[in-house]
Amino acid sequence: MTQQTVLHQAHLDAGAKLVDFHGWKMPINYGSQIEEHHAVRQAAGMFDVSHMTIVDVQGEQAQAFLRKLLANDVAKLTVKGKALYGGMLNHEGGVIDDLITYYFSETDYRLVVNSATREKDLAWINQQASDFAVSITERPELAMIAVQGPQAKKLTSAVLDNDQNLAIEGMKPFFGVQAGDLFIATTGYTGEQGYEIVVPQDKAVALWKALEAQGVQPCGLGARDTLRLEAGMNLYGQDMDESVSPLAANMGWTIAWEPQERDFIGRKALEEQKAEGTDKLVGLVMETKGVMRAGQAVTVVNEYGEALPGVVTSGTFSPTLGQSIALARIANCDVEEALVEMRKKQVKVKVVKPVFVRNGAKV
Amino acid sequence: MANIPAELRYASTHEWVRSEGDGVYTVGISEHAQELLGDMVFIDLPDVGDDIDAGDDCAVAESVKAASDIYAPLSGEVVEINEELEDSPEQVNSDAYGDGWMFKVKVSDESELENLLSAEDYAATIEEDE
Repeated sequence: MTQQTVLHQAHLDAGAKLVDFHGWKMPINYGSQIEEHHAVRQAAGMFDVSHMTIVDVQGEQAQAFLRKLLANDVAKLTVKGKALYGGMLNHEGGVIDDLITYYFSETDYRLVVNSATREKDLAWINQQASDFAVSITERPELAMIAVQGPQAKKLTSAVLDNDQNLAIEGMKPFFGVQAGDLFIATTGYTGEQGYEIVVPQDKAVALWKALEAQGVQPCGLGARDTLRLEAGMNLYGQDMDESVSPLAANMGWTIAWEPQERDFIGRKALEEQKAEGTDKLVGLVMETKGVMRAGQAVTVVNEYGEALPGVVTSGTFSPTLGQSIALARIANCDVEEALVEMRKKQVKVKVVKPVFVRNGAKV
Repeated sequence: MANIPAELRYASTHEWVRSEGDGVYTVGISEHAQELLGDMVFIDLPDVGDDIDAGDDCAVAESVKAASDIYAPLSGEVVEINEELEDSPEQVNSDAYGDGWMFKVKVSDESELENLLSAEDYAATIEEDE
């Protein structure tokens, strides 16, 4: 059974081409995904992300529970509204999902997890929560709209009321605040400024249409993928999954090793992986014609002259750079170039840090 | 339903051909094909002077979604290519039957034209796919 978000009709009104995305009918584009991409880099675009799963974690032991559940440490969160990115790992140290945690108090947190992993996430969270005095509440009645781009904040401000504008005034990146009916966060998946706005379903269409009237470009999953890849942000299921260590997925920075006595799920396995060494996630840039695609074989040659296999985890054409970029998991060695097998040919590409574009400009 | 001009002939692999007279035919891909592929990012064309055989892959249309082979609908010699596609591959999306043309071929055997589909028959093959 394919689900539709509350914005389904609004997408059709805007000329969306819809695809099946993990059981949801979602816009892939509204005509041209490249134009939508440029709108986000140069002005403002918006995405329906209502399919994402919002889970509130509340109760006396909410903090203790999340310190067990997540590889990042929610005890770092002390300012109301502050958000934290990180992985939820299994006992083997594989990534069950990546997610954002918002802190309201030590007894009140909000998680935003992927839609593709909703069922296993909820099952895992509930299973782990059974030893803790916490309540786990999914919030399917909430829709979510991401507004992103250099003009996103200004154009969003025009559709908010005075109290809401006061509530978000001067909000730093990676914070969220409840402002009237809306939960407004300075987070996103594009490498641009902007908001992710959680809105009750019955108010979502009006908000979408108001933003559209301000000139915010509706954008589909196609542009969302090229934007996040340029920003070097992982996509769950592609760049990492349960078989991949966060250390091999450029998520090492999200693991809070200190304090050592915090026994989060997967810690033991991760410590062993760290001692043994893991693959690493790098960026690839192709300066010739063609587009790297997920699944293509990569070869790097280490300092001893050994050819070591790797794989493209995400690849695309970067509309901002005008050439193909990719994320690839390769052996942990220092190399400046790699070979990617494309249409039966070995193509030489540059190996770079896994981030390509930030705030509209090449990194 | 995508636009399928009645005066063109089509390959089941979504190329179209238009007679320019003197045995020269212009080749492109259909509106339906560009819709399936999405925004074009690179078009790799044959070289002028290349001999191509009907059914051979002779060009590549690389879109945001995938790289797709373009098959020669007719045999002959490539006499012109659309050089504008080098910098503006999006013309294939915006004007598949006009500015989005790919190459022109001087055919060696005009009877091969009979192997191609009429607009009506091509429309029927698309409907079967859907």
